Amino acid sequence: MSRQQDQEPRYTPGVIPYKQMGYWNPDYEVKDTDVVAVFRITPQRGVDPEEAAAAVAGESSTATWTVVWTDRLTNCELYRAKAFRVDPVPGNPEQHFAYIAYDLELFEPGSIANLTASIIGNVFGFKAVKALRLEDMHLPVAYLKTFSGPPTGIVVERERLDKFGRPLLGATTKPKLGLSGRNYGRVVYEALRGGLDFVKDDENINSQSFMHWRDRFLYCMEAVNRASAATGEVKGHYLNVTAGTMEQMYERAEFARELGSVIVMIDLVIGYTAIQSMANWCRKNDMILHLHRAGHGTYTRQKNHGVAFRVIAKWMRMAGVDHIHAGTVVGKLEGDPHMVKGIYDTCREPYTPRNLGTGLFFDQDWAALGKIMPVASGGIHAGQMHQLLTYLGEDVVLQFGGGTIGHPQGIAAGAQANRVALEAMVLARNEGRDIWHEGPTILNEAARWCTPLRQALEVWKDITFNYASTDTPDFVVQESVSA
Amino acid sequence: MHITQGQFSFLPPLTDEQIKAQVIWALDHGWAISVEYTDDPHPRNTYWEMYGHPMFDLRDPAGVMKEISECRRTFPNRYIRVMAFDSSKGWETPRMSFIVNRPEHEPGFHLERQEMQGRAIRYTVRPYVTERPEGKRY
Repeated sequence: MSRQQDQEPRYTPGVIPYKQMGYWNPDYEVKDTDVVAVFRITPQRGVDPEEAAAAVAGESSTATWTVVWTDRLTNCELYRAKAFRVDPVPGNPEQHFAYIAYDLELFEPGSIANLTASIIGNVFGFKAVKALRLEDMHLPVAYLKTFSGPPTGIVVERERLDKFGRPLLGATTKPKLGLSGRNYGRVVYEALRGGLDFVKDDENINSQSFMHWRDRFLYCMEAVNRASAATGEVKGHYLNVTAGTMEQMYERAEFARELGSVIVMIDLVIGYTAIQSMANWCRKNDMILHLHRAGHGTYTRQKNHGVAFRVIAKWMRMAGVDHIHAGTVVGKLEGDPHMVKGIYDTCREPYTPRNLGTGLFFDQDWAALGKIMPVASGGIHAGQMHQLLTYLGEDVVLQFGGGTIGHPQGIAAGAQANRVALEAMVLARNEGRDIWHEGPTILNEAARWCTPLRQALEVWKDITFNYASTDTPDFVVQESVSA
Repeated sequence: MHITQGQFSFLPPLTDEQIKAQVIWALDHGWAISVEYTDDPHPRNTYWEMYGHPMFDLRDPAGVMKEISECRRTFPNRYIRVMAFDSSKGWETPRMSFIVNRPEHEPGFHLERQEMQGRAIRYTVRPYVTERPEGKRY
């Protein structure tokens, strides 16, 4: 006679569908403290969407491929993620939106690494789905309160810089690679004295043979201070401290602090844990933290597989960065206007309501976490100022790299053109003018007395990047039901 | 030298009509206008002198303009800025700041370099005018 086996059919050794393992529960009532994720799933041919959703829930929480008796040593019902809703994706019969709830107990407090190891861990390579995309997440207030958020935030950044009521202006030093420290600092000085608030290292400027990081820091800070004395304004240069190890990053950040920089910069590729460590360092050292989203396009851009950028923005607001590149709408890089709005709202608002049109699937209370200043960078110029201000609002850094350095009369003239265009547009907006329609007129009026602006408008008058966006919202406009 | 602090320093000096339009924008948002003046334009001189408290209860743009004019008459040769304070949750900070008066002559700033270890330099920005005592600078 064999030993008594588990009597409950759920625990009979072998393989049973995930749905029957407890990872599918259409009646589940989501708790206020649950983390909720919505995935776009493309099941393999013949796989039922609910089973695929349950499989994703299982693989991103407690499951393995077969029944294990050791589940019964635990309060396994609690630890299992529950897929509770599957909706067909409008216009795409292959795909479904699957909603999955995770109990708060599954996550370590204050760790993006732990959160992501579950939510985007093994599950993205899972064979039962052809493709998988994390579209959005709801983070409960209870969980958000375990994160410190941006070390500075929009309000304090503005107070420290003494700059209110207008977007900030920046530029990335070009060429990205090859300039010596001395030549590099020249670009920084000209752009800042001409009228920009910030200049920026690019993502791949670290410490190469043509320019050691210490040289860059020294010359850039000379430029920043010279420009500050020449204008009476607080100026800054995002010193990129990205390096091969945490120790090297701390060393570089400390040197930036010693030299009096107001801001340091990191790249997304350093990883979530390193970002959280740098956020802590910045909080301790009164430093603004700029994040360049290097690498994100590899997993955010295609709609069927990866992680939507709005989710990355949410994680970064929790991890704690002060600036994040978040799209321009009108520039050279991917960005549907509605999706960009969803991302900007995620960075800046205290509360973001569900809005499928902007890609936001959930109401989200940000639990008083600081606000991130979004950065618009890549292929923008002074002639688009009315569009930029309309789309992006005033709490944003507008980065005109080529649009400053490529000016026919030089870098300072390029910077001045951008600043004049910006101030003229803000002034006009505040006066109640319809900048969306009158924008070109407003710019031309200012160009009458500002030669550099006239030249900028002439050079870049027809430059636009009108390509179809790949990442666009998929939803059906619902008839609103009036009570 | 032309100090470019504030929202509109790259534009020609604002006319009273233009200033009033900005005041109306602020009042329409429920912000309180404050008028501040200084003779120390250091970029990190946060606390300019207040020409009275922020005008929380004054919602009439003409009244605000009167305060601005009075401040200019009293301190014609100082920097004067108009600020708009937002008391709403999540902001509780200035939302606007722009210069409406500046001294006739702006000497600017001296950049002092103190050589430190290695090639590092410690920088000090000093307004030339602050050599002289407050009130006797412009």
